[in-house]
Amino acid sequence: MSTVDTAAAPRARGPLAIVRRVALYVALTLAALLILVPFLWMVSASLKRNNDVFTIPIQWIPKDFQWHNFADIWTRVPLATYLGNTVFLSLVITFLQVLTGSFAAYGFAKVRFRGRDTLFLMYIATIAVPWQAYMIPQYIMMQKAELTDTFWSLILLQAFGAFGVFLMRQYYLTIPDELCEAARVDGLSEYGIWARIILPLSKPALASLALLTFVNTWNDYMGPFIYLTSNDLWTIQLGLRSFVGQFDADYAMIMTGSVLSVLPITIIFLLGQRHFIQGIASSGMKG
Amino acid sequence: MADLLTATPATASAAPSPRARDRRRARRNTLIGWSFILPNFLGFAVLTLVPVIAAFALSFMEWDSYNPPEWVGLDNFQRLLNDESTKIALRNTAFYALGHVPLTMLAALGLALLLNRKIAGVGFFRAAAFFPYITSMVAVAVVWNMLFNPQFGPVNQFLQFLGVDSPPGWTTSTTWAMPAIILTSVWRDMGYYMVLFLAGLQAIPVEQYEAAKVDGASTWQRFRAVTLPGLRPVTFLVLILLTVQSFKVFDLVVVMTDGGPGRATLVLSQQIYRRGIIEGEFGYASAISLVLFLLVLVFTLVQFWFNSRRERR
Repeated sequence: MSTVDTAAAPRARGPLAIVRRVALYVALTLAALLILVPFLWMVSASLKRNNDVFTIPIQWIPKDFQWHNFADIWTRVPLATYLGNTVFLSLVITFLQVLTGSFAAYGFAKVRFRGRDTLFLMYIATIAVPWQAYMIPQYIMMQKAELTDTFWSLILLQAFGAFGVFLMRQYYLTIPDELCEAARVDGLSEYGIWARIILPLSKPALASLALLTFVNTWNDYMGPFIYLTSNDLWTIQLGLRSFVGQFDADYAMIMTGSVLSVLPITIIFLLGQRHFIQGIASSGMKG
Repeated sequence: MADLLTATPATASAAPSPRARDRRRARRNTLIGWSFILPNFLGFAVLTLVPVIAAFALSFMEWDSYNPPEWVGLDNFQRLLNDESTKIALRNTAFYALGHVPLTMLAALGLALLLNRKIAGVGFFRAAAFFPYITSMVAVAVVWNMLFNPQFGPVNQFLQFLGVDSPPGWTTSTTWAMPAIILTSVWRDMGYYMVLFLAGLQAIPVEQYEAAKVDGASTWQRFRAVTLPGLRPVTFLVLILLTVQSFKVFDLVVVMTDGGPGRATLVLSQQIYRRGIIEGEFGYASAISLVLFLLVLVFTLVQFWFNSRRERR
């Protein structure tokens, strides 16, 4: 991300410039700490004995670390099942969304035909309709098809989102048409152009879409909450929520579960940070 | 098949005229285009487009899963006007939006201004600000519920340290539960909108700042004369996105308070869920969703209109 220095930059050297710079870093560090404090508290509480979670004054560093919390939780709740379900759903939905989304985006961005733009407008229009506004008909359909309380309901509902098509199309529009033209002259079919020219060129956008979809599915609460009732189908989010209800006062364990539910996403975020931010900036801005 | 369906005037001769070739190519393109779009479109049409249209129709019907649907005209909307809990949900949603939209916007803009500079480590600070947004709503709600614990929570300990004698009961109090939800959601969402504001700030040409500097404008004057007008398109976008997002609020409320205490934090989406999916009153719940949709639409249109008027001036 290239940045343009718009604030008053301390270009001048001298004691004043140094003071300003130090003040800036102090302010930034304070802001970052304030934002991250809930996470620090969560990690700290997850390593405490239950009685030490709420103490006055706050104990930021546990007196003695209860590492076994992270071993015990697996036997207290079927965490492995929840994690397995979540990984499965997130991977399948992400794969389908990226595949069908980028395929459809090629049709919208690089093939010219009558009615194309009207169709695209329809896609855009539904992005603006809140999901809550049509969740009832969706639910009735799933119920009639007897797909409620199966993974199918969630896969079908989330794998064909309009958002993926939109994001990929915006990126494809930045790839010059001359490239496709040249490939056509060389005798490549449209499907060949998509697979061998456009896909390799759109790796950053594919990464953005894949990461955003994966994280959204991983974190989704409303979908599984409405559709999955059997315990053995639950995702980590539902599991964590029911854990809170079951072991109301088991604060340390609840925090251990929270840490474990956030950890995979944290790792993915640290690895793919750039793509997240680019995906959001471009899907928001170029519209 | 395609030939029968397309009503083309029968002017084409047997010999392949240029026009016929064009038409053939157009038809081929249409087929190819649709073949790309179809896999996604099938899923999209069946699972999004049809439900969107069905939601409209359903809101004028009475239907539970046992009896066949029956056309009842505006009955559902009449009932809505007299339904105490729907009115409460509407009021609570409006309250949430009134807090969430301006506060998130201010926080996001502040962060963006603070972090829009080329200094070592700025990437880390941006990532830190963005991080809450990608963590799950459930974990966020669970942690904040504990932070807001009235007796022993860190938030109230800090308030007492500042000299507040009787700090609020947060999620256990009917007055303070919604503010607690708003604060949590601002904290979670500000990083996302910061990214949008950062992109907006970077789209402002540097020359404008230099010109203002040459004219002798102070930092504050440059902010008012260059930054703010330059940010107008992003601000507009953020305003729409935030408003829509506020009206849709669901999971944070469900996990943090489940609408309680009492009905103090019951919101519209939750009311739709309870009436429609728990109680099976599909028609009535769809009427509430139509209201939710119209609210979102009206706000979006008003903001569009307002913005285009200001731009013309």
